[in-house]
Amino acid sequence: MNYTIAEKILLDHSNLNTLSPDQFIESEIDLIMVHEQLGGRIHEEYNKLGLDYVWDPDKIFFILDHWVPPPTISAAKMHQDCRSFANKYNFTHNMGQNKGICHQVLPEMGFARPGMLIVGSDSHTTTYGAFNCFSTGIGATDVSVVFATGKLWFKVPYSYKINLEGNFSEGVMAKDFILKFIGDISTKGAIYKSLEFHGDGAESLSIDGRMTIANMAVETGAKSGIFLPDNKLEAWLSKRTSKSYKFIKPDDNADYQKEFHYNLEELAPIVAKPNNPGNIANIEEVEGIEVNQAFIGSCTNGRLEDLRIAAKILKGKEISSDIRLIIIPASREIYLDALKEGLIEIFLEIGAVIGNSTCGPCIGGHLGVLGPNEVCISSTNRNFKGRMGHPNSKIYLASPATVAASAINGKITDPRRFL
Amino acid sequence: MDIIQGKVYIMGDDINTDDIVPSHSLTLRDACDMAQCACETIDPEFSTISENLNIIIAGENFGCGSSREEAVNVFKILGIKAIIAKSIARIYFRNLINLGIPGIILDWNKDDFSRSDEILISLEKGEVDNITKNKTITFEKLPPFLINILKKGGILNKIKETL
Ligand code: SF4
Repeated sequence: MNYTIAEKILLDHSNLNTLSPDQFIESEIDLIMVHEQLGGRIHEEYNKLGLDYVWDPDKIFFILDHWVPPPTISAAKMHQDCRSFANKYNFTHNMGQNKGICHQVLPEMGFARPGMLIVGSDSHTTTYGAFNCFSTGIGATDVSVVFATGKLWFKVPYSYKINLEGNFSEGVMAKDFILKFIGDISTKGAIYKSLEFHGDGAESLSIDGRMTIANMAVETGAKSGIFLPDNKLEAWLSKRTSKSYKFIKPDDNADYQKEFHYNLEELAPIVAKPNNPGNIANIEEVEGIEVNQAFIGSCTNGRLEDLRIAAKILKGKEISSDIRLIIIPASREIYLDALKEGLIEIFLEIGAVIGNSTCGPCIGGHLGVLGPNEVCISSTNRNFKGRMGHPNSKIYLASPATVAASAINGKITDPRRFL
Repeated sequence: MDIIQGKVYIMGDDINTDDIVPSHSLTLRDACDMAQCACETIDPEFSTISENLNIIIAGENFGCGSSREEAVNVFKILGIKAIIAKSIARIYFRNLINLGIPGIILDWNKDDFSRSDEILISLEKGEVDNITKNKTITFEKLPPFLINILKKGGILNKIKETL
């Protein structure tokens, strides 16, 4: 046998004996994540099937996270539609609206375990690849198909192997690596591929860092971004779940369509300029660009590791009251941990706005919407035109360290100056 | 379904789902209202232009970004019959097929199509016939599995038969 991780997991979930890239297969789904899309197109599409059941209410993870609490009447109505659907079909894992962002809460609660095949009504469902899962985003109609049958068609992807070695130097983070990779390979460089992260560099990454990388794998066009299992993952899972799982490693002779090598030690802070996550620059090229807003949060970089480095940089500094510094822990659990560690106090003292755990400004929903020509430096994953507000506003993507340093100066700033 | 006829609307590279359906319109409860906002950052007139121009020809990585199926549904509401692009983002491609709209990968150049050109697409033959320019271009045919979903008018119709 010579299978990659993606191939192994897909094979495990189909009734085939072998498979190969480009083949169309049908696979059984272990878990499906849905958020506000449930009250968007999903309930509409599912109604067309006229079913009074879902295949397995125990395999659906439902959460409200994008517009929490609802900033508009229409968002509130959307939530009402979601809730009535979840109640009607007796969803077992109805997480409600106060736990945080889907891609943070689901793994935190032990729902993402090695070897699982997970889909979600959100493109950043790739995040669970950090937990040695095959996980990918799907649209509302696909969700309806899963709700009805528990199965979905897939085209088996080719895999790319990304070898990482070394450790980051101070002030450089997983976000800098993934931005660099997206810039190098381009936002179409891995369309339909599965990325597999190997090497001692990958092992040296924290679980938080792996999640950042798997999260943004989709920005290369990839279908999934998967990490190998190791002791760190095992230790993490032991605190989150008592369910059994099996580690999935690729075969020694697994076939990779392309291979890449990165030495993490050689990386420096990277920023993605508007309006494309692949439009990267080294920090020196963009230092000095003025910003109106700095945002640390989202499913990409709203975790404890991110808040810790931000606090280290921001502690005792002064932020001009002209700059909006918005900090949103990605989940209630992270918020509480940050509170206990004193990070929230540091943020409040310097004048940051701390939001409840929600997507918030990441999609321009609320809590920091950009006006015409405003510039934001953001720890999020997409800097598409108009994503955070007015179509003429501009978004620079960076690590939480770079965002924090930039908030202090009101200009894009190399975080290493403060470390 | 095999033959699709229409007029061409040209778009560039990396048209993302926020371009097609701006986030601010996502909570609108009426899909037709949402369709009025389609592609507003690219072309404020888009929702009216597509009455006449109903086949989109785009560059690389069409539909990249979010999984929001609204980004296909607004095109469906506005009467778009097919998308031809140099490459199409994965989730977007699935959403197109699932809603019964052909997504065709074709490496075209700017001499091949101009705005408003009248074209005929044959899915079975894998050909685009540009009637205005009197030119035929071939593309890699969609696999039968996907053609079958398109013929049924989308995957829900196919699923219904098995329930
Ligand atoms: S934080 Fe942003 S990218 Fe992540 S799920 Fe929410 S809206 Fe999507």
